[in-house]
Amino acid sequence: MKYFLALALAVFVASCANQNQLGYQGTGGNLPYQGTNYGTSNGGYGTGAEVNEPASEVSAPDLQANFGNTVLFPEDQSFLTAAAKATLDSQALWLSRNNVNVLIEGHADEQGTREYNLALGAKRAAAVRDYLAIKGVPSSRMDVITYGKERPLATCSEESCWSKNRRAVTVVR
Amino acid sequence: MRYAIFMVFLILAPALWAQQAVEATIQGGNVRPVPLGLPLFEDQSGNSGDIIDEFREVVAYDLRSTGLFRDLPIESYIAENVRFEVPVQFANWDAIGAEGLLKGSISSEDGNLIVKFRIYDVIAQREMGEGTQLVGPVVDWRRMAHKTADAVYSAFTGEGAYFDSRIVFVSETGPKGERAKQLAIMDTDGANMKTLTDGSALVLAPRWAGNTRDITYTSYESGQPQVVLMNTETGEKAVLDDLPGLAFSPRVSQDGMTMLVSLIDDRGNTDIFSIDTQTGERSQLTTEPSIETAPSFSPDGSQIVFESDRSGNQQLYVMPAEGGDAVRISRGEGRYASPVWSPEGDLIAFTKIEDGQFHIGIMGVDGEDERLITEAFIDEGPSWAPNGRVIVFYRETAGEGGAPKLMSISLTGRNMVEVPTPEFASDPSWSNLLP
Repeated sequence: MKYFLALALAVFVASCANQNQLGYQGTGGNLPYQGTNYGTSNGGYGTGAEVNEPASEVSAPDLQANFGNTVLFPEDQSFLTAAAKATLDSQALWLSRNNVNVLIEGHADEQGTREYNLALGAKRAAAVRDYLAIKGVPSSRMDVITYGKERPLATCSEESCWSKNRRAVTVVR
Repeated sequence: MRYAIFMVFLILAPALWAQQAVEATIQGGNVRPVPLGLPLFEDQSGNSGDIIDEFREVVAYDLRSTGLFRDLPIESYIAENVRFEVPVQFANWDAIGAEGLLKGSISSEDGNLIVKFRIYDVIAQREMGEGTQLVGPVVDWRRMAHKTADAVYSAFTGEGAYFDSRIVFVSETGPKGERAKQLAIMDTDGANMKTLTDGSALVLAPRWAGNTRDITYTSYESGQPQVVLMNTETGEKAVLDDLPGLAFSPRVSQDGMTMLVSLIDDRGNTDIFSIDTQTGERSQLTTEPSIETAPSFSPDGSQIVFESDRSGNQQLYVMPAEGGDAVRISRGEGRYASPVWSPEGDLIAFTKIEDGQFHIGIMGVDGEDERLITEAFIDEGPSWAPNGRVIVFYRETAGEGGAPKLMSISLTGRNMVEVPTPEFASDPSWSNLLP
């Protein structure tokens, strides 16, 4: 029908005029590691080992192993708990010594509806990004994404699993 | 309105139906299906034999699926080789308990199928309406069978047709933690299923885009959620990649002139925006620092219903489609989500979460007369059949082996049945009646 073509055309024209609107895409520079495989969650402090490798050798597993790349949220909430803030303080320290870009993924458990959970995941990711920014991590190095309830880490339908899935994960890009 | 179906039966045969109608009104369930005589259609051109049996089965399946009809087995029929032109001997059908009768003929000619049929009220011993003739390409024989079943359904219920329509949904494979999702479309009886995406990118919540050809959905193909329009016949796609922020939850008005999207802003907050599909002009409809998403247009496009947690938890609101004051319509306990406006404009179907259980529910557009018609671990994402009498939704089972499937249920809460799909299935959207 007509409108489909009209819309497609409008979209095409607009996208030509906004080649750089895609947020995190193309901002990464020469990253040695595409961190999509973040493993299991760790809601609290890591081991606190001294981190002083040059940026070219850091990796997502390094962030995860030493400080915890994941913070957890209460049910249907996006505020940061004390434990989450402690983890993010460590993440901020690590990020201050490792000049890498990160993608912060927001996730939800299965107890909400699909589209609402996308919005909730976005709020969680933004809460983490905003806290890291306050702690000195440049906003230009952080991007956010939401997966809602689409990427559960634990698959049982009990609080023991749901609590692991209500998370934000800081992924080195 | 709610029991219009049974009122029609009353008019047809008052003495016979009075008792059932009263019972149905009280309980909203336990309806006795109408026994139908459904003889094979006459093979008038002598070369349609291979379609005759399947044609009857498609018609019978459609009618059975409503819970309102029961097709009497062919073996029980007294009348043999029912000829389309020969007058009905009502005594033959009355004797085996048939209260309705469909007879017809099929002939094929130059790649076209010609289907003729007549519908009868056996109790009143009269034809219902006029005889009907359908002509179409042989390859569309299932659509003609659906149209035939639609005619029988409408004759006996007084309700609009719905079998000749399609459902777009998300077909899911793999374990719960690593689901691959593909868009798929199928006829309402599950036939002619076709996948539209290859499963390499996450796709969510497709919706028909104002007609029976185009859909819109959320895709992660670029790595982040974006809104896509797709022509389901050609596979042609248009990505709305100029939107400021992550985009999801697209909806298109029935006239195709307006599109709604939910955008996540710099603060991580989600609001609903309206896009003029002719000019691309965008306007922000909600501005609260809370989550606003999952809108649905009224059939005339003048209003939208959406979910918002501005009150502290998810509730349903109605506002003018061009923006303005939003009025909260949901009032009960629990969280309300994914509202959908009925085709006739008088009802809202929704998802409700209360005490750890999900429900599909229905309320008036002013929030009155809330009724929950399902309950399960997860029941979500209702979508109306084109006649507004049936709702399709998805039900997901709990636990590590949990998986979704499509279910349909009558508006009255009766006759909940699974809609068969080859793989796990979620996020259904029911099309308009096909042209």
